Amino acid sequence: MKTQARFEIKYEQLLDAEGKPCVKQLPAFARDPEEMVKMYQAMSLTRAFDTRAIALQRTGKLGTYASCLGHEAAHVGVGAAMQEGDVLCPSYREYGAQFWRGVKPEEILLYWGGDERGNDFSGPRHDFPWCVPIATQTMYGAGAALAFKTRKEKRAVVAMLGDGGTSEGAFYEALNSAGAFQLPIVFVSVNNKWAISVPLSKQTRAETLAQKAIAAGIEGIQVDGNDIVAVRKVAEDALKRAREGKGPTLIEALTYRLSDHTTADDARRYRPNEEVEAARSVEPLVRTRKYLESLKAWDEKKQKALDAENKASIEASVKTYLDTPRQPVGAMFDYMYAELPELLREQREEAERMEGEAHG
Amino acid sequence: MAEKSHKITMLEAITQAMAWELEHDDSVVVFGEDVGANGGVFRATDGLQKRFGEERVFDTPLAEAMIAGLCVGAAAQGLKPVGEIQFSGFMYPAVDQLVSHASRLRTRTRGRLTCPMVLRAPSGGGIHAPEHHSESMEAMYAHIPGLKVVMPSSPRRAYGLLLAAIRDPDPVVFLEPKRIYRITKQDVPDDGEALPLETCFVLREGSDVTLVSWGAMMHETLKTANELANEGIDCEVIDAACLKPLDMETILESVERTGRLVIVAEEPRSCGVGAEIAAEVAEKALFSLRAPIERVSGYDTVMPLFRLEYEYLPSVSRIKAAVKRSMEAE
Repeated sequence: MKTQARFEIKYEQLLDAEGKPCVKQLPAFARDPEEMVKMYQAMSLTRAFDTRAIALQRTGKLGTYASCLGHEAAHVGVGAAMQEGDVLCPSYREYGAQFWRGVKPEEILLYWGGDERGNDFSGPRHDFPWCVPIATQTMYGAGAALAFKTRKEKRAVVAMLGDGGTSEGAFYEALNSAGAFQLPIVFVSVNNKWAISVPLSKQTRAETLAQKAIAAGIEGIQVDGNDIVAVRKVAEDALKRAREGKGPTLIEALTYRLSDHTTADDARRYRPNEEVEAARSVEPLVRTRKYLESLKAWDEKKQKALDAENKASIEASVKTYLDTPRQPVGAMFDYMYAELPELLREQREEAERMEGEAHG
Repeated sequence: MAEKSHKITMLEAITQAMAWELEHDDSVVVFGEDVGANGGVFRATDGLQKRFGEERVFDTPLAEAMIAGLCVGAAAQGLKPVGEIQFSGFMYPAVDQLVSHASRLRTRTRGRLTCPMVLRAPSGGGIHAPEHHSESMEAMYAHIPGLKVVMPSSPRRAYGLLLAAIRDPDPVVFLEPKRIYRITKQDVPDDGEALPLETCFVLREGSDVTLVSWGAMMHETLKTANELANEGIDCEVIDAACLKPLDMETILESVERTGRLVIVAEEPRSCGVGAEIAAEVAEKALFSLRAPIERVSGYDTVMPLFRLEYEYLPSVSRIKAAVKRSMEAE
């Protein structure tokens, strides 16, 4: 018997949990205090937004909401690695990536507040909206990448999913086809260890999720998902390769879901508090701040100013959201087709005639 | 422009329509399983890769959900993809992308992103094919808000409707009744003239009874009408063609005149497109009816293997019996 293939999975960490560099020289962006402050601000804004969104849900002012607590480095890091012309295919909690790309907090609130207009966001107009059916975004993400490849555009796609998503057939099909076509796409599996109540150990027997790339013949790499420097670096490298026609990459960003799955979930039912506390000690904001302090780019005064600024801007977004009247009933019909078919016109008339008569 | 006109089959008309669009619109791409060098298992894409290159006409890995996913993503980013599913019986994995994304992208982004894609698939029975190759599940797709569902029944309509489907700004499921791929030939001018979607075609005018059908069953329906003409029954024959959105106006206008309606389709009866037509007529033209609506359809059984398939598919004699029941009802 002979060996046909072997594999190894690289793991990238550039800042440790104490915010100390793990390598002699960090990437140029990480040595630029201004850029690092910008990334830290985006993470902080994301955290503040998340806290406020949960409070809104708890007080009946928002629908079910998927928290991103603990994912800030993975999400902002990926967003910061992307170019304007790239396309983001998020799942449903990558607010950090979206804020970086220009989506406004009030737009995200509008979506979770039950209004489609939240998906008509001011971020890059070509970015895809949220994707709730797990891992299906990897498929149309590959389709978007196919469009860029066909038109020979130097653009790439980022399709984000969780750890549970890597169990879906859609994910394997997307990985395989992206490999076969050498599409300009980067799959980012943000491995937060829990798919609602199912831990990673019950999700797969594979030692890593990144190794799932191997079977598709594409690059696979693991990164410390709480280390924004490593996430951005790995994503930038993968996106550069993708734009240059060198094929897709699967990045597994290791992090931890510090929150419930959504506001409709209660994680205390299925996971031990000690595990959550252990994960909290290596969470991403603390180490980024420590690193900034080591650069003399951050201090308590700046932190206080940032906290106040985030609070004010989020309150303004919340106000905008709450002040946005619901759409008229005809909105259900407005975008069904480019042109409304006759039968839908009749139904629209019925809905408009009965508007306000609905229960609830 | 010199127009070529020649007698071709429905299959060739489908190829001709794709070739026209590939030639005239750079954003059109055609892909699926075996559509490249092989030209498709039915030859619907014959010669297209050679003519338009591997970047515009190409094989995909064997993954139907992925074919639909590629269509959705590519369409949202400005291409006009025409995906082929080899047989409609293998299309079910693709339904997730159709239901969850293609059909709702325009709505959920308030028109920011759209999905101008076509997913073609040979459909229906009657060619003695293996298991899973003969079903007629058009109603499943017609049930999905946001999709358009088209089923041609002649070379000329296949050409015009496929052009319309590719040019349509919304996702279209284009089901090709494979039994009639090659059974008739027609002059199909290659003039790039599309036919309208959301329009029924009146194939035969008549005053006694309205027969509505679509797809391969148009042939049995027309044959029935011609035979009944000799018996003094004057049938109006309508090809529904676009099953979603359905042009009920044409059907209602006809039923109001004839007072009788027989719906003929290969699909299983319950919750079918035929049921939808019957319900619409009952709601809007009940008092024009002089007889109960008749449905001649496939049965609510698993599509039998081919020894029995012609017992399953509506036949001229079954249609004739239904028309006579309708005529004698008063």
